[in-house]
Amino acid sequence: MSSFPAVLNSEWTKIRTVASTTWTLVAALVVTVGISAGLCTLFNSTFTEMPKEQQLTFDPTLASFVGMSLGQLAMIIFGVLVVGTEYSTGMIRTSLAAVPRRGELFLGKLTVATVLALVVGLATSFLSFFLGQAILGEHSTGIDEPGVLRAVFGAGLYMALIALFSMGVAAMLRSSVLAICILIPFFLLISNILNGVSATRKVAQYLPDQAGSRIMQVVPGAMDSGETPYGPWGGLGIMVLWVLASVLGGYLVLKKRDA
Amino acid sequence: MIEAVGLTKRFGAKTAVDQLSFQVRPGHVTGFLGPNGSGKSTTMRMILGLDRPTSGHVTINGMPFRDLPNAQRNVGALLDAKAVHGGRRARTHLLSIAQLSGIPEKRVDEVLGVVGLQDVARQRAKGFSLGMGQRLGIATALLGDPKVLLFDEPVNGLDPEGILWVRNLMKQLAAEGRTVFVSSHLMSEMALTADHLIVIGRGRLLADMGTQEFITRNSAGFARVRAAGTGPDGRNTLGTALTKAGGRVLQEPDGALRVTGLELPVISDVAHEAGVRLWELSPHRASLEEAYMRMTQSSVEYTSSEDPRAELWEPEPLTVPEWEDGPAAPEVPRTGFFAPPPPGAGGAPFLMPSDPGKLASAAGNTSPNQPEESR
Ligand SMILES: Nc1ncnc2c1ncn2[C@@H]1O[C@H](COP(=O)(O)OP(=O)(O)OP(=O)(O)O)[C@@H](O)[C@H]1O
Ligand SMILES: [Mg+2]
Repeated sequence: MSSFPAVLNSEWTKIRTVASTTWTLVAALVVTVGISAGLCTLFNSTFTEMPKEQQLTFDPTLASFVGMSLGQLAMIIFGVLVVGTEYSTGMIRTSLAAVPRRGELFLGKLTVATVLALVVGLATSFLSFFLGQAILGEHSTGIDEPGVLRAVFGAGLYMALIALFSMGVAAMLRSSVLAICILIPFFLLISNILNGVSATRKVAQYLPDQAGSRIMQVVPGAMDSGETPYGPWGGLGIMVLWVLASVLGGYLVLKKRDA
Repeated sequence: MIEAVGLTKRFGAKTAVDQLSFQVRPGHVTGFLGPNGSGKSTTMRMILGLDRPTSGHVTINGMPFRDLPNAQRNVGALLDAKAVHGGRRARTHLLSIAQLSGIPEKRVDEVLGVVGLQDVARQRAKGFSLGMGQRLGIATALLGDPKVLLFDEPVNGLDPEGILWVRNLMKQLAAEGRTVFVSSHLMSEMALTADHLIVIGRGRLLADMGTQEFITRNSAGFARVRAAGTGPDGRNTLGTALTKAGGRVLQEPDGALRVTGLELPVISDVAHEAGVRLWELSPHRASLEEAYMRMTQSSVEYTSSEDPRAELWEPEPLTVPEWEDGPAAPEVPRTGFFAPPPPGAGGAPFLMPSDPGKLASAAGNTSPNQPEESR
């Protein structure tokens, strides 16, 4: 009798034998670390020209993660492709014709992909943090300062969660193209615009990325982020709720619809 | 053993499969025939639990596929050979499917050998030709060494050698006592491969019988006789003599006669007695393909629309010769060389009408590419 470990085994074989896994995950790491390092260099050289208020609330930890707003797009593509190519290639039917346990298959795929995203996410966040701090020099912080380790771990978690969220959305839409066309503009523009305008901010701060990224912040109110009604873990909790909803939606679609 | 009971699938207003009931028994190759869009693939997807039937049900060894424990060891399927991630290598593709049921890696190399893909096992599937893809799909079906096998158009894209190989593979699998269910729209191929046929059209069951029975029921033989000389004299003498001897005779456009109801030696004797020399006396069988086309004609969904210039090259219809005067004329042979009856003529599209006269009158006003009257 086959079981869940067998499914995990199969999904691991699947995920490690396609090129998109490598390039999306490498892109997520390189883009995040690269852009963060670049901006840290800029912060460092222009620190004294910043307004007094910004100097006071300067958050060196958060500063070393600024590249994640672009790096997360690669994570989103990773999540979408992991699920979406099953549909675009028809592989889902080949898999389901071999093993009809849809729930198990879905859970297995998400587990493997999320664990992989978490490993890459943590590598990204630690690399980004230490490189950023090295660049920031006298404005830097240490990993043993209060809240910093939490923020660095949180950044890795954030990346894994954004990938998982994308997997759920792709499973609901059953199409990579559609999922990417919705998720990328949303996380790149819409969410940030809504959160930037004070009128919509009350609602926008509960969006998955806005709430989730609160965990990377150590100094409250840093980078004009304003006050939030939730703390770092509360914010991550809100993001987890979003992720659960998307995964559940994806599961129900797979369970109910013809493959 | 696959058993479908009242299987129905609707996509919106479109009924793809309509009240289909049949059984597929172990130890046989069962052919599943039907024109494009008749619902073969949909039926197979329902058997595999990929699509949910709108009503009715289908079981494999008494259980719905989705409830089968260890499904892959019981059922193997080739549905769509292209349902492969092109970026993955053939071997890793098979491995990922095998691992789902904990099938050992050794088996992957085994099936690669069986389908003859061992040399390209490490190539990416996107570089595969249609035939190689088809072989990879067959390998996937064989992975679990299953008792029940489903193949949706397995010979699609295979070269003659590949077709022969699939044919022998199917027969061998059935001989081992497995249930083998193969779809195709090529009657000729199925006649060679399958020993039982299930024919559908527009999602409905048209025939469910042994291949041999199908052939004897649906194709009739005739003899072609050609009297010596180009004039009508010999032909008329021969025609009259053959009719007297109890044969049924029709004239082909080029002057040859089609004779049914008389054995070849008898025709030869009659001609000899009538003093007519023969240039041709040959046995013919209305092809199975023809019988199949006639059966499914009224249920074909995608017929090509009629060519406005068709009448320019349409052959002269067969004529009842002048010696067949009076009431004898409708006595035409029950063969397959008539144009098919118009759609919906007769209740059972796959059997010849019991009254041959009906067919004769139908043939008179039907062109061979009669378009479908409604859709
Ligand atoms: N997912 C779907 N949504 C809507 N209609 C569908 C769907 N799948 C199949 N159909 C329709 O159902 C009918 C039967 O299709 P099916 O693929 O089962 O035919 P088929 O016998 O396999 O044909 P072919 O010989 O071309 O493979 C077709 O008219 C098709 O358009
Ligand atoms: Mg089909």
